[in-house]
Amino acid sequence: MNRRCVLVIVLAAVIVSLAPGPASAQALAAAKATGTWAPPRTAEGVPDLQGIWANATSIPLERPKELGAKEFYTDEEAAARQKKSDEQAEEAVGGRQTQPGTVADVHYDLAQYGLARFQSKAAASKRTSLIVGPDGQIPTLLPDAQKRQTERAAANRGHQWDGPENRGLSERCILWPNEGPPMMPVGYNGNLEIVQGEGYVAIMQEMIHDVRVIPTDGRPHVSPRIREWMGDSRGHWEGNTLVVDTTNFTDRTAFRGSSEKLRVTERFTRTADDTLTYQFTVEDPTTWAKSWSAEIPIAKTAGPIYEYACQEGNYGMANILSGARATERKAAEEAAAKKSSN
Amino acid sequence: MRNRLDSLQVVVTATILILAAAPAVAQGQAYKAPRTADGHPNLNGIWQAMNTANWDIRPHAASMGPVSALGAEFSTPGGLGVIDGDDLPYLPAAAAKQKDNYANRLKLDPEVKCYLPGVPRATYMPYPFQIVQSSKTIMFVYEYAGGVRTVDMEKVTKAPADSWMGWSVGKWDGDTLVVDVTSLNDQTWFDRAGNYHSDALHVVERYTPRSPDTLMYEATVDDPKTFSRPWKITMPLYRHVEKNAQLLEYKCPEFAEEVLYGPLRKKPNNN
Repeated sequence: MNRRCVLVIVLAAVIVSLAPGPASAQALAAAKATGTWAPPRTAEGVPDLQGIWANATSIPLERPKELGAKEFYTDEEAAARQKKSDEQAEEAVGGRQTQPGTVADVHYDLAQYGLARFQSKAAASKRTSLIVGPDGQIPTLLPDAQKRQTERAAANRGHQWDGPENRGLSERCILWPNEGPPMMPVGYNGNLEIVQGEGYVAIMQEMIHDVRVIPTDGRPHVSPRIREWMGDSRGHWEGNTLVVDTTNFTDRTAFRGSSEKLRVTERFTRTADDTLTYQFTVEDPTTWAKSWSAEIPIAKTAGPIYEYACQEGNYGMANILSGARATERKAAEEAAAKKSSN
Repeated sequence: MRNRLDSLQVVVTATILILAAAPAVAQGQAYKAPRTADGHPNLNGIWQAMNTANWDIRPHAASMGPVSALGAEFSTPGGLGVIDGDDLPYLPAAAAKQKDNYANRLKLDPEVKCYLPGVPRATYMPYPFQIVQSSKTIMFVYEYAGGVRTVDMEKVTKAPADSWMGWSVGKWDGDTLVVDVTSLNDQTWFDRAGNYHSDALHVVERYTPRSPDTLMYEATVDDPKTFSRPWKITMPLYRHVEKNAQLLEYKCPEFAEEVLYGPLRKKPNNN
């Protein structure tokens, strides 16, 4: 064999050894870090976001003021934050496990039912706030929006217990903040299930069992005459991300003081097998001078999702109103008794 | 030549007769629905029943509604019935309770309070529902009151507790989706006429593609505490074929507030 042949063989061997082989563990880790992990695909060939997910998180919506523009914690700071949050949650329920009747004045003994925040799986994130960017705060309300909010509060003052319309949307079983859109983290059971059929992505929230069935076929929004509590959603795929545009909100949805001009853009990306990165941008030119955005990590969780029959089990509303009427009657009787004894 | 012409005539006639007979053979075969990408019958779509079963699942004539102020706008239209037979096989005590339900239906019908309709009533409420079908899970999304059922297509699981919409487990039987529904609570009715059940209710549904835009729906109802034998409901379900058909919200808790809490208001409405 002459020298040239040997050289070619050696070069070939070098080239072969440098060529990419089956994905190594290091390559996968590198891809995850740069967000290039490729999610599995449904039979229709779109990214598979399906499963049961939970958006419990210890990250506050707005950044603690003292952190200024610091958007990310270090690993140690993030771990400390999680630990503190777990301890606070534990303290709030009187310890890891309470004996019935041993903890006074517990609103919900969450730990007994496995609902305490330290008992639910949260997806990892080192963010200092859900709101992204150097500011980390919801923009201040524009004067008209502030006026709207002040007037609403003033109209309800002294009437908070008059009737069901004077109570909040959650108490009335109309709309819960974890549903949105945007989907906000909630105290417990922030569970959602995603099922994908041809041309649709369905997102069901455990509370209060509402489903958004989002078409991805490029159709326009419904007529502006149709206003809905959860708005009207339209989705499309951008690479591995489902982008959902929602408009047509009612003026009573009032997310964080917004009007019916509210527009929400959500982005769902499965960034790992057990993680959905959920980002949203909120805009309403009659409420905020600029749009604001947030990112919430969502973790895969074991099911099943249980039925949350809000309307059917709403003893709370009846009790709140009848309690208010009883208080009024008692006050009236006392006033009458006082009058007659004078 | 004559013989050859005769033979040809016989052959041609025979061919025509055979071809004429062929469609009859084809008609005898069941409709085969298009498949989803993973090879199952494709039930995706927005569907709705077109009958008066929600008023009364039994054969019934038209009658005046329970609210006289609504006159002809809200009276009961007639229906040939969606059950197998003329009446439901109530046990004697249950038959009496159904009559009582009917007499007090304005107060007792869970639909008035915007309560979830249970199964099978959810199927034939006068609102559309959507089937979102993936290989492991089929989700039924009902426009009425945001009702929803997820049907597990992978494993047979048991419900953790009774619920309004029950616990659904599904499998394929040829082109038919078979859904087994258990753990339904006793709070729902079958219709506005007071036909009701106990918590022993067990429903087996069959959804069979009948044509590109129709399904045949069958539900076998078994409740030994209320009825002397199982009985069946049958009806077609029609696809919404209008362009860009979609479910809208029917968030009815608000509409039921006066009924549920009116007397508890500080200043009750006088009506």
